[in-house]
Parts: sequence; structure tokens; C-alpha cells
Amino acid sequence: MMDWSIIIEKSILVVVLFGVSLAIAAYSTYAERKIAAFLQDRIGPDRAGPWGLLQPLADGGKMFFKEEIIPNASDKFLFILGPCIFMTTALMTSALIPWGKSMNIGGREISLQVANLNIGILYIFAIVSVGIYGIMIGGWASNNKFALLGAIRASSQMISYELAMGMAIIAILLTSNSLNIRDIVDQQEGFKWNVFYQPLGFLIFIICAFAECNRTPFDLPETETELVGGYHTEYSSMKLGLYLFAEYTNMFISSAVISCLYFGGYHFPGIDSLHLSQNVAALVSVAVLFSKTFFFILFFMWVRWTLPRFRYDQLMRLGWQVLLPLAIVNVLITGAWLTYFK
Amino acid sequence: MQSLTNRSVVVRKREMSFMEKLYLPAILGGMALTIKHLFKKKVTNKYPEVKRIFAPIYRGVHVLKRDEQGRENCTACGLCAVSCPAEAITMVAAERKQGEENLYREEKYAATYEINMLRCIFCGLCEEACPKDAIYLTDRLIESKYDRKKFIYGKDLLVEKIDERIDISKRKKNYTMA
Repeated sequence: MMDWSIIIEKSILVVVLFGVSLAIAAYSTYAERKIAAFLQDRIGPDRAGPWGLLQPLADGGKMFFKEEIIPNASDKFLFILGPCIFMTTALMTSALIPWGKSMNIGGREISLQVANLNIGILYIFAIVSVGIYGIMIGGWASNNKFALLGAIRASSQMISYELAMGMAIIAILLTSNSLNIRDIVDQQEGFKWNVFYQPLGFLIFIICAFAECNRTPFDLPETETELVGGYHTEYSSMKLGLYLFAEYTNMFISSAVISCLYFGGYHFPGIDSLHLSQNVAALVSVAVLFSKTFFFILFFMWVRWTLPRFRYDQLMRLGWQVLLPLAIVNVLITGAWLTYFK
Repeated sequence: MQSLTNRSVVVRKREMSFMEKLYLPAILGGMALTIKHLFKKKVTNKYPEVKRIFAPIYRGVHVLKRDEQGRENCTACGLCAVSCPAEAITMVAAERKQGEENLYREEKYAATYEINMLRCIFCGLCEEACPKDAIYLTDRLIESKYDRKKFIYGKDLLVEKIDERIDISKRKKNYTMA
């Protein structure tokens, strides 16, 4: 009996999370266009539904009904596999995020986290690294110069920035003594947010997150002006849709991870003084995490419409010669601080 | 070389200071700049619902005017066709018959009058040349069409309807913006 209820509980959570991730990815495209418009003194899409709110549905419908083209010279199996891997890995990481405090329904404690692994962060890093295979395979299988260039850029960029990102995380792990994301979040209860203790680590992490998500100013894998469309040049119809969708899902997940690691996750100062009942408190905590996540999604878009793109050598120099040494220095400082002042 | 305007600036290519090399202050400045635009007035016109107001000097599709009694002003003198640098205007003149005094103001009139809207450069010289106050450029647009021949506008499209007079007061010399 106990086993069945946990399966049902987790299944519901998984389905809800799946739907929410996709909905947020869809509306991120809308938000991106709206914010792009607002920052350029325009009004953006406003024809489909009130304020253009149905625009993502129209875009999705368009994607579905477009002609599906698989180039003759491509490796067909890998060509189809690429977007599948990218989308799957993008959706898998959300299982590890603690979305809120646990709820109590019918005497059962229900944790709002699909899987509470004790290697939480490592799992997310592993899955994100697999995600790059989606881009690499897709770009390579297209049998197109631009796609291949985009794929190479994407993979080398990911490898370069993952190092600095991992180093930035190590400083967090030193202070938290745990890889478990829920532990890290709970240690930041109140206003003990990691961003105040690790400002340099946060800066390195968020810059690397931009690079990992292929967002401007690091959007070299899909530079329209140089590589047509980058790694998805040859893709059309919903396979292109999957690539674009998965990118927005990645952005959503990395915003959630940033909120969890550096901004206290579902904690908010003064939330305990309200004396809410457990379930209401859990819902409020979910809302808190989501508002932090949305802020970071908006931040991603805000930066996109502020900064121009890096040149490729600048990108590599920033990754290897600036961010990585800085991250190592950050680890050293944190270690020294923990050894001598704790 | 001596500067004539006092506006020239000597370009200096100096090393960037440490703060500049950090780039972060510049990035934050840029982000403050972009976020300011979020609250600015949007310049977009919602086109089909709201149409842009044309400047009074806008030169669009021509109109052949009638006088107060509804008679066509044009006397087919051909000055507009002569003045036209694009040679877009052609016409065939005819003599006014007995009983047509209510249709045409002068004794001679244009039996056909055609302007090729694909040739026309909308310079407004026809309007300047016209001695009879007959042709004016208006703030209307040419509709898009699939057939080139349909861009040759005849009298049916050019002459204003008696019950739908077209306002050309903006094109008059003494017009002042309200």
C-alpha cells in the first residue's frame, strides 16, 4: 500500500512538473519577444489573443504543421536522435530541484521534489553534460558546414565553461558540506543566502550559466549572422521546435538552480513569522521559488538585449584565463576562511 | 592641421584602467540603460486600427478635382504630361458638346486621362504645372495589386466622386498645421 501511494504521488509530481516546464518554456518564447520589444520601445506580439497571449500556441501549431525535411546527405538516425536527447536531458534535471517545503495531505508527508538524491548537484551537472550530445549529434548528423561549426563551438564552449562552473560550485559545497540540493537550500533559511557569502562564486556561476544555455553574449553556437542558424541550420518543423524549446527549458532549469544554490531556493526572510499552516506555507514557498526563477529568466533576457556577442577567441580567453583562475582563487579563499575562522 | 570648426577631438588610444578592464561597471551601466527603455513610451502604431497621420506635404495618389458645381476642372491642356519627368501621364482631349456644361467646366476636356502609378515618382510637378486647379496629390496610398495593367489609373479612379469630395486643403500654399 505504501509503495503504491508513493508511486502515485511521484507520478503526479512528475506530470505536473513536465507540464509546468513545457508551459514555462513556451511562455518564455513569448516573454522573450515581449521583453525584446519593450527594451527596444516596441510593443511586441499582440495579435493572437489579448496582448498576444496565445502567441506560443500559434507558434507551436505552426511548427507542427511545417514540412518535415530530413536532408538526403544526413545520417537519418542521428539526425532524429539529436533533438530527442537535447529535449529529454533538458526535462530530466527538473526532478532534482526542491520546488517547495513538504506538504501534508491526509497525514502523509509529501515532498515537493521528485527525487532527493544525495548527489543532487552532481546529477544535474552530469545530465547537463549529456545534453550537449544532443547539440553535437544534431550538428554533426546534418552534414552541413554551418551546423558542424555550431556543434563544435557549442561543445568546446560547454567544456570550457563547465570547469569554471564546477569550481564555483565547489566553494558552495565547502560551506554546505553536502551535495544534496535540499540540504543546501535549507542551510540558507532566512536571509543566509549564499550569494552574500559567495558573491564571486555567484558571478562566475551565472556567467557560466549564460554560456551553458548558449545565451547572448555567449550564443556562438547559433550566431545568426555567422552560421545561418548554427547547429540547427538543417532542422525544420517540430525537430527545430524541440531544439528551441529545450533551450528555453534549460534556461528555466538553470534559473531554478541559481535560485536554489545562491538565493535561498524556496526560503524567504520573514516567511516563518506569518505562522501559516503547513500546506499554505508549502504553496507560498513554491511561489517564492518560482518568482526567484522568473526573475532570473527575465535577467537572462534582459542581458540578451544589452550585451553584444563575444568573438570566439574572447569567449575562450574569458573561460580559461579569467573565470577558471578566479574560480580556483575563490575555492582557495573559501577553504582558507573555513580553516582559520570557523 | 588647423581645425576650422573647434569640434574635432584627438583620438587617444590609452590602456584601459583596472575598473574598465573588469567590464562589470560598464555592463551594469548598459543594463540600467536598457531597463529604462522598458518604461518609455512605445513608438509602435497598431496599424490596421490606428493609422499613422501623414505629414501635410505627403504626396500620394493623385486626384482630378471638380469645382463647386461638380464640373471637372481639367481642360486637357497637357501641361501635367509635359512636366512629368517620369512620363507617367497620358490623355486624350475632346470638345465639350451642347448640354455637357454641367459635366465639364471648360470647353475642352479630357476624354481619357491615365496615370501609370508604377512610373509615377510622386514628385508633384503635375500639380505645380496645372493652371486649372485640376490635379492634386493626396495622402491616399496605392493599393497593391497582382497585375501591372491595373496600376494604370484611368478617370474612374482619378476623378473625385461628386458625393465623395477629396480634401486637398493641406496641399494649398496657405495651409498651416492645426
